[in-house]
Amino acid sequence: MQLDSLYQEVILDHYKRPQHKGLAATYDAQVHHVNPSCGDEITLNVALDDDKVAAITWDGVGCSISQASVSILSDLLLGKSIAEADLVLNNFTELMQSKGTMVGDDAILEDAVAMAGVSKFPARIKCALLGWMAYKDAVVQAQAKL
Amino acid sequence: MAFDPRVVRQDFPIFERTIREGKRLVYLDSGATSQKPNSVIEAESNFYRMHNAAVHRGAHQLAEEATDAYEGARATVAKFLGGGVDEIIFTKSATESLNLLAYAFSNGGSDNRFNLTSADRIVVTEMEHHANLIPWQQLAKRSGAELAWFAVTPDGRLDLSNLAEMITPNTKVVSLTHQSNVLGTVNPLAAIVARAHEVGAVVVLDACQSVPHMPVNVKDLDIDFLAFSGHKTVGPTGIGVLWGRAELLKDLPPFLFGGSMIESVTMTDAIWAPSPRRHEAGVPNMAQAVGLAAALDYLTAIGMDEIYAHEQKLGAYLLKRLQEIPGVNLVGPLTMNDRGAVASFTLGDIHPHDLGQFLDSQGIAVRTGHHCAWPLTRKLGVQATTRASLYLYNDEEDVDALIEGILGAQKYFGDK
Repeated sequence: MQLDSLYQEVILDHYKRPQHKGLAATYDAQVHHVNPSCGDEITLNVALDDDKVAAITWDGVGCSISQASVSILSDLLLGKSIAEADLVLNNFTELMQSKGTMVGDDAILEDAVAMAGVSKFPARIKCALLGWMAYKDAVVQAQAKL
Repeated sequence: MAFDPRVVRQDFPIFERTIREGKRLVYLDSGATSQKPNSVIEAESNFYRMHNAAVHRGAHQLAEEATDAYEGARATVAKFLGGGVDEIIFTKSATESLNLLAYAFSNGGSDNRFNLTSADRIVVTEMEHHANLIPWQQLAKRSGAELAWFAVTPDGRLDLSNLAEMITPNTKVVSLTHQSNVLGTVNPLAAIVARAHEVGAVVVLDACQSVPHMPVNVKDLDIDFLAFSGHKTVGPTGIGVLWGRAELLKDLPPFLFGGSMIESVTMTDAIWAPSPRRHEAGVPNMAQAVGLAAALDYLTAIGMDEIYAHEQKLGAYLLKRLQEIPGVNLVGPLTMNDRGAVASFTLGDIHPHDLGQFLDSQGIAVRTGHHCAWPLTRKLGVQATTRASLYLYNDEEDVDALIEGILGAQKYFGDK
């Protein structure tokens, strides 16, 4: 079933056991992003240590895709330099816009390659990107404070 | 001939195609937009093929034919609603109808009867679609008028216990939905209309979810304005209707300015044409108006009473089957008493978007999300719901498919 290409086990695992969920009390920037078409919401905290992503925590409500995606992101980008994280972010965004033509580079994207199937379902791409756009926004705000 | 949805379905070519690797299309999203019968598709394309010209202008045969077709469509809509021909304004959508009205209210200057000030009140309800909330919310901001609203009870009805305190003597507009697009609730209009008229307020009815599904007569309802959309009424997109009482429309200022809506124009001033022309600036959506007339003819030939009876029966079956599933939590009334054939629900921990995706993989089309009624879903304490909405072409087999699909989704997401 084509549905299985969307609901990869990795995605459902992250959905059921989300990583770094629960907002840390201290952070450099906090953002709240909403998908107005379905009501999914994510609040995301970022703390930086010079040019390194020192902490990402989040809370949210939404579908398995949006929640798993932010969980994967928080695991993946934690401890990376901002430049390294940007590379991952751009790579992931490109994958999401590929309409199913890319499989994703697992050396860069690790667990996030499981999201490749999402790009075949136009209505779900926004779900997958919600947390990533929140992260991007948060880092810009955190950097402005440095 | 007895009403048979399977026979009705033969009039709708879209049901000949399949979905997601050969599955039968189970279309349960008519609350968002309805499918179109051949007669509507033919009427719209035939206008372009045979009669296309700009209406109300042009000194040629095609212009005459186009004008006849367009004005004939107006007469068909008037008859369908029980209103006068000059009381029918064509717009591009029900959303535009409601915006036209709300903007017109603030477009007439301080001596116009529709002008609102900070001394006035606008009343809506908590169950409004965004299209019948935001235009009034913004009119309140523009004019300084106060916006007030009837609350929704936990069982999905309007709380009318404070009717007289809500519709105060300074209330100028009461705008509400006839049937909620989320809850299915059909609102009791008589008491609201009586109170509104007692204080001199006009009643605006968002009939998008009622006109397609039940007989609606504007005179019987004693309302003042009504909006509905063509595309939810087996008609084309790009056509909506605003009906208003003639004695009100004559004083209603225009919202859109341009060709056709004037009596005379100088470089510094303009005099408006009478209604409905005053409210139809520019070359209108002619082919779509003609398509809408074909849609209303189609529904009339079947009979709105027949369609209503069918949906009441099928809606009861839908509610019964849904309530048999552990984990299904319906929002809105649990019986078909004053209720339409639409069901919004949550399903345990399975997010509506994921349920909708699974149902889609089975060929079943539903709507998920907040259904453009965010304040309502917030009030109900749900982030999003899944909505199945029925129409004349649905049958018990479609409901059974939905139930099977829900059980399948529980298994799919539960087992993983």
